[in-house]
Amino acid sequence: MTDTAIRPARVALVGNPNSGKTALFNALTGARQKVANYAGVTVERKEGQLVTPGGRSVSVLDLPGTYSLRARSPDEVVTRDAVLGRLAGETAPDVLICVADATNLRLVLRLVLELKQVGRPFVLALNMFDIAQRQGLRIDLEQLGREIGAPIVTTVATRKRGLDELLTQVDTLTFTHSGAGDNSWREPNAAEIRAAHAEAQRIFKTCVRPPERPDTVTGKIDSVLLHPVAGLAILFTLLFVMFQAVFTWATIPADAIDGGFAAFGAFVTAHLPEGLLSSFIADGLIAGVGSVLVFLPPILILFFFILLLEDSGYMTRAAFLMDKIMGGAGLHGRAFIPLLSSFACAIPGIMSTRVIDNKQDRLTTILVAPLMTCSARIPVYTLIIGAFIPRTTVHGLSLQGLVMFGLYAAGIIFALLVSFIIRRIFWRGTVEPFMMELPTYRWPEPRNLLLNLWTRAKIFLNRAGRIIMPLMVLVWVLSTFPYPPEGATGPAIDYSIAGRLGHFLAPIMHPIGFNWQMTVALIPGMAAREVAVAALGTVYAVGGADGSTDALSATLNSQWSLATALAFLAWYVFAPQCMPTLGVVKRETNSWIWPTVMFVYMVSLAYLAAFIVYHVAVALGAG
Amino acid sequence: MSDAVLTADTPVASDASIRALSTAGRGDKGVIVAVRGETGAPEAVAAEELERRLLEMGFVEGARIEILQEGLFGRDPIAVRVDDTRVALRRREARAVTVQFDGKTL
Ligand SMILES: Nc1nc2c(ncn2[C@@H]2O[C@H](COP(=O)(O)OP(=O)(O)OP(=O)(O)O)[C@@H](O)[C@H]2O)c(=O)[nH]1
Ligand SMILES: [Mg+2]
Repeated sequence: MTDTAIRPARVALVGNPNSGKTALFNALTGARQKVANYAGVTVERKEGQLVTPGGRSVSVLDLPGTYSLRARSPDEVVTRDAVLGRLAGETAPDVLICVADATNLRLVLRLVLELKQVGRPFVLALNMFDIAQRQGLRIDLEQLGREIGAPIVTTVATRKRGLDELLTQVDTLTFTHSGAGDNSWREPNAAEIRAAHAEAQRIFKTCVRPPERPDTVTGKIDSVLLHPVAGLAILFTLLFVMFQAVFTWATIPADAIDGGFAAFGAFVTAHLPEGLLSSFIADGLIAGVGSVLVFLPPILILFFFILLLEDSGYMTRAAFLMDKIMGGAGLHGRAFIPLLSSFACAIPGIMSTRVIDNKQDRLTTILVAPLMTCSARIPVYTLIIGAFIPRTTVHGLSLQGLVMFGLYAAGIIFALLVSFIIRRIFWRGTVEPFMMELPTYRWPEPRNLLLNLWTRAKIFLNRAGRIIMPLMVLVWVLSTFPYPPEGATGPAIDYSIAGRLGHFLAPIMHPIGFNWQMTVALIPGMAAREVAVAALGTVYAVGGADGSTDALSATLNSQWSLATALAFLAWYVFAPQCMPTLGVVKRETNSWIWPTVMFVYMVSLAYLAAFIVYHVAVALGAG
Repeated sequence: MSDAVLTADTPVASDASIRALSTAGRGDKGVIVAVRGETGAPEAVAAEELERRLLEMGFVEGARIEILQEGLFGRDPIAVRVDDTRVALRRREARAVTVQFDGKTL
């Protein structure tokens, strides 16, 4: 007993997917883990700390949702191992909090019966009790508690209701139960699952009265959104609007930021004595950082759309509508959400493939995820489109927005093609079953939405500060030093390390229409895609004859041919310009083979695509 | 449809309203009478595994079922209501579920 009194109690949150475990975890610990309205949001264990009303410090574990401890996919393995205390260096939790969606008890009761076998004290949190009450659902809590042999607490995780009662129960359980019962859990076979179902059904019938005002809204919405024809039309319109908006809605705020930085750079140049410091601040820092910050608005617009899709419950509907198309390309039905998340960033997208049970399905999804246009490509696309595509309209739609949409579409089409090739030629394995719960629609909470957007903005600014700024300094140093020798005639930058490196490597990129400045910019662009934009800004600013801080797009427009610009866009659709992604692939697949395969195939595609685009464009007179 | 062949070897297929879930159309309602793992489809996962997954998602004998929507291409996948939950699944897995459909005149 003394032992348990001193060390923090360990509590784990388990339950069906989408029951609000992470919302509860956030409410309990003040964490900001991702919460969204579809199954399979959490794919890792996350730990947080809190102190109970009884003064006990507790370490809380948030786990991926599951229908059964019989884990099938990598995320469910985490849950099973954490609950059973099989994780390396970890004992089983002292108390389990089983989180249930109070409006959807049938399936979770069977999981509760499984948890009982584990022999750990547990408390059942009937979450989403606000919705249960709104529906007039009557649950006999006392009876239910007797049936399952555990205390019951009602909670509303998103409103932080019921937390004190929950923690009081946790306190009681940790004090009264010294140690736990025997673990008699083993993987149930079909007959045992049926028996447990029957028992769960009996408990359900004795304790729960059907709701007086059942939810009919979801059904009505679904009759439109899941409609075979109307549903698909709505989905495509939505994606179209989303990708257009990324470009068109963002122009005004982006132009304001751009103008601000240009003015700031000019101010610095005018007020600092001409020389190294002025060049460093105006060309290195302001031009570099400014050229990245202008992309905050489009990135936030993209996240706004993705958050709306995730919070409302539409994600799974989109997956339903796209299933046949994805399946035709050999992708698993559950690949849709990871791929859509990859529009934000491939890294969380690749991690969320853990919900896919079959290894080959999962690897295929991982390999094509970086082809989805991630938000780090937005700066590159926006810059080039802004510089080279005229601001005209076609049938009332902005041409620039259409090109943006085309680039998104190219990424999607090639992702489908590549997975088709992988699954139809290399891996013709079994077809995994696809079953997915369609959650009830919910209004996205404005507060949640704003907080999430703010988090995204902070992440982006943090990235700008921690990765982009230091790299900018490096690019500036490399393109400034060493100084040209006495009496040199060419531009100073030609004598710098970056200039020499660029000229040295340029022949490799020459066939696809890239000049040496672009070649140089691609190198720091390996760390993060948008760095290439900032690097171009710096290289051209340092190399600029009069050191003017002209907007980068104007510079590019005067320096590149249209064919070169298009080739650059084509390169960016495919190029694996992101070390962190390759790192995550290494971690998730536990081998160097897959990041290598990914790198090689993506570079080859990028080179080929840029080559074709460049030469076709030149042939059409855009050289 | 190939699914019709499959229902022919269903043990108790004497009653015409007992069919595989995979043959159902939008709006059909009924009660699950059998869940087996075999789908008869090539390249499928082990029957025992599929059976357990279906059971865990709530496809269990006695559950009420209703087809809510069908996909555009080949009317696949299907969205069904199983008791209180809504689930999307493909017709190839739906073959493993046998349903006693309500008569049209009820
Ligand atoms: N109305 C209401 N909504 C809730 C409540 N708790 C959670 N939600 C919503 O339910 C959805 C799912 O919440 P999550 O916390 O992501 O669920 P989870 O159990 O962690 O899901 P997985 O990680 O996928 O297993 C989100 O849209 C939440 O905003 C609640 O008490 N009331
Ligand atoms: Mg979660």
